[in-house]
Amino acid sequence: MDEEYDVVVLGTGLTECILSGLLSVDGKKVLHMDRNDYYGGDSASLNLTQLYRKFRPDGSPPSELGRDRDYAIDLIPKFIIASGELTKILVHTDVTRYLEFKQIAGSYVYRDGRISKVPSTEIEAVRSPLMGLFEKRRAKKFFEFLQSWKDEDPATHQGINLDTDSMKTIYEKFGLEPGTQDFIGHAMALYLDDDYKTKPAREAYERIILYTSSMARYGKSPYIYPLYGLGELPQAFARLSAIYGGTYMLDKHIDEIVTDADGKFVGVRSGTETVKAKQVIGDPSYFGAGHDTEGGKVRVVEEGKVIRAICILKHPIPGTDDADSCQIIIPQNQVNRRNDIYVAMVSSTHNVCAKDVYVAIVSTIVETKNPEQEIAPGLALLGPIYDKFVSVTSLYTPTSTGESDNVFVTRSYDATSHFETVVEDVHAVYKRATGKDLVLKKREAEGES
Amino acid sequence: MSKQFQFKLVLLGESAVGKSSLVLRFVKDQFDDYRESTIGAAFLTQTVTLDDGTSVKFEIWDTAGQERYKSLAPMYYRNANCAVVVYDITQTASLEKAKSWIRELQRQADPSIVIALCGNKADLAARRQVTQEEAQKYAEEEGLMWGETSAKTGEGVADIFTAIAKKLPLTAPPSARAGGARAGPAKTGVDLNKQANTQGGQNEPCNC
Ligand SMILES: Cc1cc2nc3c(=O)[nH]c(=O)nc-3n(C[C@H](O)[C@H](O)[C@H](O)COP(=O)(O)OP(=O)(O)OC[C@H]3O[C@@H](n4cnc5c(N)ncnc54)[C@H](O)[C@@H]3O)c2cc1C
Ligand SMILES: Nc1nc2c(ncn2[C@@H]2O[C@H](COP(=O)(O)OP(=O)(O)O)[C@@H](O)[C@H]2O)c(=O)[nH]1
Ligand SMILES: [Mg+2]
Repeated sequence: MDEEYDVVVLGTGLTECILSGLLSVDGKKVLHMDRNDYYGGDSASLNLTQLYRKFRPDGSPPSELGRDRDYAIDLIPKFIIASGELTKILVHTDVTRYLEFKQIAGSYVYRDGRISKVPSTEIEAVRSPLMGLFEKRRAKKFFEFLQSWKDEDPATHQGINLDTDSMKTIYEKFGLEPGTQDFIGHAMALYLDDDYKTKPAREAYERIILYTSSMARYGKSPYIYPLYGLGELPQAFARLSAIYGGTYMLDKHIDEIVTDADGKFVGVRSGTETVKAKQVIGDPSYFGAGHDTEGGKVRVVEEGKVIRAICILKHPIPGTDDADSCQIIIPQNQVNRRNDIYVAMVSSTHNVCAKDVYVAIVSTIVETKNPEQEIAPGLALLGPIYDKFVSVTSLYTPTSTGESDNVFVTRSYDATSHFETVVEDVHAVYKRATGKDLVLKKREAEGES
Repeated sequence: MSKQFQFKLVLLGESAVGKSSLVLRFVKDQFDDYRESTIGAAFLTQTVTLDDGTSVKFEIWDTAGQERYKSLAPMYYRNANCAVVVYDITQTASLEKAKSWIRELQRQADPSIVIALCGNKADLAARRQVTQEEAQKYAEEEGLMWGETSAKTGEGVADIFTAIAKKLPLTAPPSARAGGARAGPAKTGVDLNKQANTQGGQNEPCNC
C-alpha cells in the first residue's frame, strides 16, 4: 500500500464498482477496498449461511432449504429495465460477457383487492380486467398520442406542451379514470408517489416510452435479471476495473479518512498503514452513516427509511399463473398510502435459490412508526411465508458534492424497483470527480485468438 | 463433420506463480521475463484439436490480479468447466495456497469440474522446493490431473491443456456441452448486445 493512487474507492456496491470500472478504463490508477470479505456491499447477494448470519446471528439455515451454494439472495430488490441506462452501461463496457440475463416473467399491478398482469401483448390487453371497454379506447388514444409525439412536429402535439403542461392535464384531456392513472403513473412510469402529476409531463412521458420500449424488447416484462443474482453486477464491473489495472482488497478495515489542515482529502488509513490518493469515492457507510460524525465532519444525512422483507416461499405467488419471477406494484392510492409497495420475486430459474423455492422481497418507503404493518398488504399477497427477514434501512445522501475536499460520497440504494437512479448517481459522481460528463466509449475487444 | 466443444477454463493460484505466463505461452506461444500484469487481456481463447478431429475451444479467464489480496470474485470461477490450479515448484507455500483453492472449488464449483494441478517454473529445478512425488501424491488423493510446466521454455504447457481437453467431453454433463444454463460460455438467456429491433416502433408499441 505504499504507492499513491489517483482514486481510492471504498465499498464494492454496484455504484462504486461501475465508477471504479469506468475510471480504470479511463486510465486512472484505482485502489478499491471493502471492509467485507465479499463483493457487493449493500447490493450484495448472499448465500444462505451469510443471510442467516446477517439476520439471525445465532441461527443457522434449516437443512431442508438445500445447499448453501444454490442461493444468492439479494439484499436490495431491483430489476434491470431492458432499455434503461444500466443496460447501456453494461453493453458499452462489454461486461455483458461475464454475465447472463433472463427475463422477469411478468409485471403485475394491484387493483381493488386483486392483482392483474400489466399487459405485454395485444391479446393480453384486450382481455385485461384492468380497464373497461370504453376506458381501453380512451387509453389507446392516450398511448397513441405519446407514441407519435415528435418534438419538432407540432401537428403531433394536440395542443399539449410537455414542458409546461402537467400529466394531470393530459390525463384529463384523454378522460382517463383514476384507476387508469394509477396504473400508468405507478405500474408503467414507476413513480413511487403521486407528486409527478402536477409537474411538467415530459419526465412521465419519457418514463412511459422507456417502459413500453423495454416491454417490446424481449416480450414478457420490461425487466431483465442477471443469473445468480444482482450481486453479479458489482463483481462484473470490479473485474472490468481489475483488467484495466485496478487493485482490489476485500476484508480490509478502514479506520480513517485522512484530511489535511484545510479539510482536503489526503488518504485512507487502515490500521497503521495510510494509503495516499488524490480522491476518494465511497458509499455512505464509510463516511459516518449511522454515526454522529466522521472525523468531526458530517458528510452524509439521512433522507428517509426503507423497509424490506425478504420472504422465502415454497410456492409461486398466487394469481401470477405460477410465474417463475415477477414484480407486483401496489399503488399508494389503493392502500391509502403516500408511497407504493413493491414485491419483487425471483426463483431457481434465475439460479438464486434451490428448486421449488421462491424468494420475494416486499418493500416500501417507511411512513409510520410501525413499518412492518405498512408492508402487510404486500405480505398478504404471498401466501404462506416459510421464513422472513425484515430490515429497516436508512437512506443516506452526501452533504456536499465533494469538489472542495475531494471526498465523493455516493447515495444509498433507494426504494425504486430498478437501477435508473443508481446510474444517475454514477453519472453525477463521475462528473463531480472528473469534471467531465461520462462518455461511454466502446471498449477494445480483449484479445481474441 | 467433427465435433466442437467450448469450455470455460479458469486459472487459480497464488500471485506470481506464473498463471498469466502460462496463458500467454499456451495462447500466443510467447514469454516475457519482465511482464507485469497485462492490462485489458484477461480473456483469451485457444482451440485444441484432438487426434480424432474433435476440437475443444477454451475460453480462458485469467484472474486480472484479483487473487492478490483475497479479492477474487466468485463470479470468476462460477460455471467453470475446468480449472488449472498453479503453484510454483520453487515455493512450498504456493502449493499450500493451491490446495486451499482446490478446496474452494470442491466446495463451490460444479462437481463435474475438471481440475488440473500444475507445478510451474519447472526450468528452475535447481531451486526446487516441491518434489514431484509430493505433488503427484496429493493430486492422486484428490482425483486431480497433475503436471509440471515451464511457461518460460514452454515445456509441458501444451500437454496439460491437451490432457484437460481429452478429459473434458467425457466427464462434463451433456448440458454443459450443448450449452445449458450452467454451461459457462454458451449463453441461453436474453442477449443485451443485440440491438433492440423493436425500438424504432415497428412493433405495436403499447398494447393497452
Ligand atoms: C458522446 C456520445 C455518447 C454516447 N453515449 C451513448 C450511450 O451512452 N448509450 C447509447 O446507447 N448511445 C450513446 N451514444 C450514441 C451512439 O454513439 C450511437 O449513436 C447509438 O448507439 C446507435 O448506434 P448505431 O447502431 O448507429 O451504430 P454506430 O453509431 O455506427 O456505432 C457502432 C458501434 O459503436 C458504438 N458507439 C458508437 N459511438 C459510441 C460512443 N460515443 N460511445 C460508446 N459507444 C459508441 C455503438 O453503440 C455501436 O455498438 C453516444 C453518442 C455520443 C456521440
Ligand atoms: N523462470 C520462470 N519464470 C516464470 C515462469 N512462469 C512465470 N514466470 C515469471 O514469474 C513472474 C510471475 O508470472 P505471472 O505470469 O505474472 O504470474 P501470475 O501472477 O500467477 O499471473 C513473472 O516474472 C514471470 O516472468 C516459468 O515457467 N519459469
Ligand atoms: Mg496474473
